[in-house]
Amino acid sequence: MREVLEGSQAVARTVARCRPGVVCAYPISPQTHIVEALSVMARTGELADCEYVNVESEFSAMSVSIGSSAAGSRTYTATASQGLLYMTEAVFNAAGMGLPIVMTVANRAIGAPINIWNDQSDALALRDSGWLQLYAADNQEAADLHVIAFAVAEELGMPAMVCMDGFVLTHASDVVELAEADEIDAFLPPYRPQQVLDVEHPTTIGTMAGPESFTETKYLQHLRFLDATEVIERWSLKFREAFGREAGCLVSRYDPDTLERDHAAPPAAAEDIAVIGMGSVIGTLQAALAPMQAEGDHVRLIGIQSFRPFPEKALREALGDCRDVLVIDRALELGAGGVLTGNVGRALAGTRSRIHSVIAGLGGRPILEASLRDVIRRTRAGDVGRLEFLDLKEGGVPVPPVGATEVAR
Amino acid sequence: MTTVHIPFLQTGTLAVGGRLLGEDDRSVQSHADRPSSLTKGHRACQGCAEALAARWVMDTAVEAADEKLIVANATGCLEVFSTLYPESAWKPPWIHSLFANAAAVATGIAASLHAQGRDDIRVLAQGGDGGTVDIGLAAVSGMFERNDDVLYVCYDNQGYMNTGVQRSSATPASARTATTPAVGRQPGAPQGQGKSMPKIAMAHEIPYVATATVADLRDLEAKVRTAMSIHGARYLHVLVPCPLGWGASSAESIKLSRAAVQSGIFPVIEARAGELTDVQPIRQRMDVEEYLRPQARFAHLFKPGGEDALERWRAMADANIRRYDLMGERS
Repeated sequence: MREVLEGSQAVARTVARCRPGVVCAYPISPQTHIVEALSVMARTGELADCEYVNVESEFSAMSVSIGSSAAGSRTYTATASQGLLYMTEAVFNAAGMGLPIVMTVANRAIGAPINIWNDQSDALALRDSGWLQLYAADNQEAADLHVIAFAVAEELGMPAMVCMDGFVLTHASDVVELAEADEIDAFLPPYRPQQVLDVEHPTTIGTMAGPESFTETKYLQHLRFLDATEVIERWSLKFREAFGREAGCLVSRYDPDTLERDHAAPPAAAEDIAVIGMGSVIGTLQAALAPMQAEGDHVRLIGIQSFRPFPEKALREALGDCRDVLVIDRALELGAGGVLTGNVGRALAGTRSRIHSVIAGLGGRPILEASLRDVIRRTRAGDVGRLEFLDLKEGGVPVPPVGATEVAR
Repeated sequence: MTTVHIPFLQTGTLAVGGRLLGEDDRSVQSHADRPSSLTKGHRACQGCAEALAARWVMDTAVEAADEKLIVANATGCLEVFSTLYPESAWKPPWIHSLFANAAAVATGIAASLHAQGRDDIRVLAQGGDGGTVDIGLAAVSGMFERNDDVLYVCYDNQGYMNTGVQRSSATPASARTATTPAVGRQPGAPQGQGKSMPKIAMAHEIPYVATATVADLRDLEAKVRTAMSIHGARYLHVLVPCPLGWGASSAESIKLSRAAVQSGIFPVIEARAGELTDVQPIRQRMDVEEYLRPQARFAHLFKPGGEDALERWRAMADANIRRYDLMGERS
């Protein structure tokens, strides 16, 4: 059924239909609408046989999730920004113990200065935590990705973050078609934990590993990530077959003429400029590129759906022989450059591609279509170097004069 | 003169043998087929009271839960000496996640079991004083406040012994640790700091709070049994002397525990829903010196200049005796 829903509602309803045994949360903007909706469903019975736990911090939210998952329940939580950082120690721990928790990250900037608006600094700061990171381009994909995330995480025994841009997606209403409960029941196998705290078959989870075994433990975790690319592709394909729409996968290709998502689109050509985006900026890019396509200026749009594992092979295939690659980056690795750009650079090492990085939309700064078109045209003209900031106010931010009694709004 | 009734006990200098007790009153440990939840071969120090306490707590809890018990353990000595990969000394299903989150992990286990309809399986969380009183306090308080169905056991050795004997907020005043050295004008841990976790637990008005020591293992066992007969959040605080951290002989752990109780320094109590319901009376009053002198961490109290600190210890013992009526003067 097609309906107009806020992104958070779409996600909450889909998560409920995945039948988690435990949902645990601590409120933080812009994740709140998701956990509020789930708490209502837990009370009304729409979310049946589920324990909804209100905790005193994000650190405990992830810790409760660890206990719940280890005791054999499908487990869900959601957070953002400072909350994700506050639970960081437990986030790494959940991955190290191989617990397939699914967590929505409503992407938001990290302070100081405190800022509640959207960028992707939060999840990307935890890129080495051992979690799968799947990014949604729109509300439909945000909802669908949760179904795929539970399937992938539970098959691999790895936790998964579903990242959706805060406010831009979480608080925006859009037409969506949610997977129905019976469809998800048919699609998603019941949770069978790979290790569980079982009184019939007692096991010790979370031992100390010394120098003689720690490297091997991390190596195996890395191998599991390499397996994950195949598992994500397979479940995404299954999803497309079952639901008739694209969601997830590793890299999304777009038709050069219609700019619609098309997995069968050809790779970029040598003379193309490829623009890489991750998350909701793909929608902005579709809108920004449309007039350029109409003028015959062919720019190839490529979306990153999986940031961890990073799909190096799939990205290289999508880029083909493309010489100029423009990365729209929503997070800044201070002192180095864009976070996504760094990963793209590693994927393209040894190729002839020139990578241009544009830091855009930090802390909720609107990413304007005209600004994107301008940077793409300047890239075509060879005027964009390795790193620039979109719409940077070089002269500084205007402030009221000293002694002003009212703050300009 | 008031008469104090002393229960028959199995161990210790004032004890009566378990074999004289009825079958139901005997210690779990006195049975040949005791669960041995914490098995031999672990790496605890000689004389480690935490290992002793944990074995009694766990065996009793496992028996009370009809062998259906899951354990969440905080980082610390207990975790390190029992589970160095690829070995484990634990027989029950056991999880270690982090230092600060044992209470929250236990909440998650309890929530998961409830969602699965497995309310027959019980959950126990345990940690040292650092993981409970300091870094884990928020998670413990959250678990108390929600009244989650978890028994939390704190083994209090009064410092960060696993990392080399640094001060925790459970370290008593004037104790020498690696971060409160016995030098300067006020040697050792500062006066007027430190928090009482049993009192904090009582302030949450949870169904059951108790304290115990390894000097009276029968009492410890009885308190675990009582705790396991109740649902909701429960807290047990066990004083566990640490030969390494306290600078005491490995053979003195039981004796020091007894001296802590009999001097009034460590009140052994029970409380329900925030109300004090039982207090173990002092049987043979000891001076605080008998508790302090065998411990090298208090050696500076017995040197010139230590008199004031020693007097403060006596005042602390007197205050406890008054507050909890440890001499049975009001009963």
